[in-house]
Amino acid sequence: MDSFWSALGGAFGLLVTLDPDLLEIIGLSMQVTLTAVLFACLIGLPLGAAVATFHFPGRSLVAVILNALMGLPPVVVGLLVYLMLSASGPLGVLRLLYTPTAMIIAQMVLVTPIVAALTRQVIEDLNREYAEQFASMGVGPIDRLTAMLWDARYSLLTVALAGFGRAVAEVGAVIIVGGNINHVTRVMTTTIALETSKGNLQLALALGVILLLIALAVNAAVMALRASAVRSAYA
Amino acid sequence: MIRRAFLALAAIVFAGVFATQSSFAEDKFIVVQSTTSTQNSGLFDSLLPIFKDKTGIEVRVVAVGTGQAIKNAANGDGDVLFVHSKPSEEKFVADGLGVSRSDVMYNDFVIVGPADDPAGVAGSGNAVEALQKIAETKAPFASRGDDSGTHKAELRLWKAAGVDPSGASGDWYRETGSGMGATLNTGTGMGAYIMTDRATWIAFGNKGDYQIAVQGDDKMFNQYGVILVNPEAHPHVKAEMGQEFIDWLLSKDGQKAIADYKVDGQQLFFPNANKGNS
Repeated sequence: MDSFWSALGGAFGLLVTLDPDLLEIIGLSMQVTLTAVLFACLIGLPLGAAVATFHFPGRSLVAVILNALMGLPPVVVGLLVYLMLSASGPLGVLRLLYTPTAMIIAQMVLVTPIVAALTRQVIEDLNREYAEQFASMGVGPIDRLTAMLWDARYSLLTVALAGFGRAVAEVGAVIIVGGNINHVTRVMTTTIALETSKGNLQLALALGVILLLIALAVNAAVMALRASAVRSAYA
Repeated sequence: MIRRAFLALAAIVFAGVFATQSSFAEDKFIVVQSTTSTQNSGLFDSLLPIFKDKTGIEVRVVAVGTGQAIKNAANGDGDVLFVHSKPSEEKFVADGLGVSRSDVMYNDFVIVGPADDPAGVAGSGNAVEALQKIAETKAPFASRGDDSGTHKAELRLWKAAGVDPSGASGDWYRETGSGMGATLNTGTGMGAYIMTDRATWIAFGNKGDYQIAVQGDDKMFNQYGVILVNPEAHPHVKAEMGQEFIDWLLSKDGQKAIADYKVDGQQLFFPNANKGNS
């Protein structure tokens, strides 16, 4: 327990001194993860809603696959993205390996199924409620989708946060495709892995505490945003 | 309100992405596939700024085990290979994947063990005898088990000792399948003997009651070599800048910078360029 408390102290010490290297690492972590979650939402929200609303052959199979993909092992995703982006891979000419973009792609692959699967569940429940009304009013399929996505926005915010939580804590994929290169692709989780392997357990734990605090801050900010939106909606 | 907030957030994120991308545009960097010992010991943190000041070239280091570094370089995902397993390096060059190989520096492997020394090997200068004793007493031994340079060197020593530890895998012989640091963390946690390069050990921060048990055997010599990835195999390799880095490492300045790097007053790597290139 001693080492835990001194790590906590160390975390605050690091934060207070505003170490520029640490700020750079935090900044890159946030940039990579927020971008990945944003793109995952751009794909996952409409995809999940479409699977929930439209009837097509193999629909339940797609739903099962989406749910299963929520359990994608990060290392496997990292390897797949590495093989795609490697100089010997099909997308090697893009020269994206060992860049933040590669890390964004890997996290996007991890997070999109989570967003899509959870969105599907949320929208399917909503659709059961709205289906008759939509039919009686003759609402077209695209309008149905957007109306339900907008109505479910508060639940979907939590969906996005679930995706954020997965992405920000992930190390296996980004360390393979990013390479943990100092000042280029080093993020919070890969720094923690590196310091652990150097045997600097206190520093690693302190960085872990900071990562937790950041996740807490992001969640609190989103929830505050949501609360103020709810207030203005019902004012 | 939420929509506007999201848009603002998206704008910030995009701005961030493009800001990072533009910094890649200058392109004055090379990727070096290297091994964890050079990174974890802090050697690169000391060398690379000196090289950058002199040439303006940024060196991006991907630090993985020697086996993985060689595979990554074989895929063309790097301009220079800087690792420590001479037979594998020579094969890399013979296969046409590397231009040529040069010795850069050396240090040595040591076997570290717990203070109570269950196999009675502490103070030994004979690695082969020590491994035989560890096998006889079935004292726990943590192996990298990851095809790294250190793992390959360890397997050569077991062979010299006439012991095949693979039969005891999961019993007293424990293969962690991880990097040096992770193996040290695991091994010290279970009271196992561990073979490590001296640099990683000196810089390691979680030693507990562990001490160096076996050292000074010629068989535990650990040579590092550097190779330019062959541009004929991978045309995008930045051969000129890569060669500039190699030339600097082998130059008087580079060799001195390696010798000058110390942790706790101890020199970690000993330069030996131009003494037996192949």
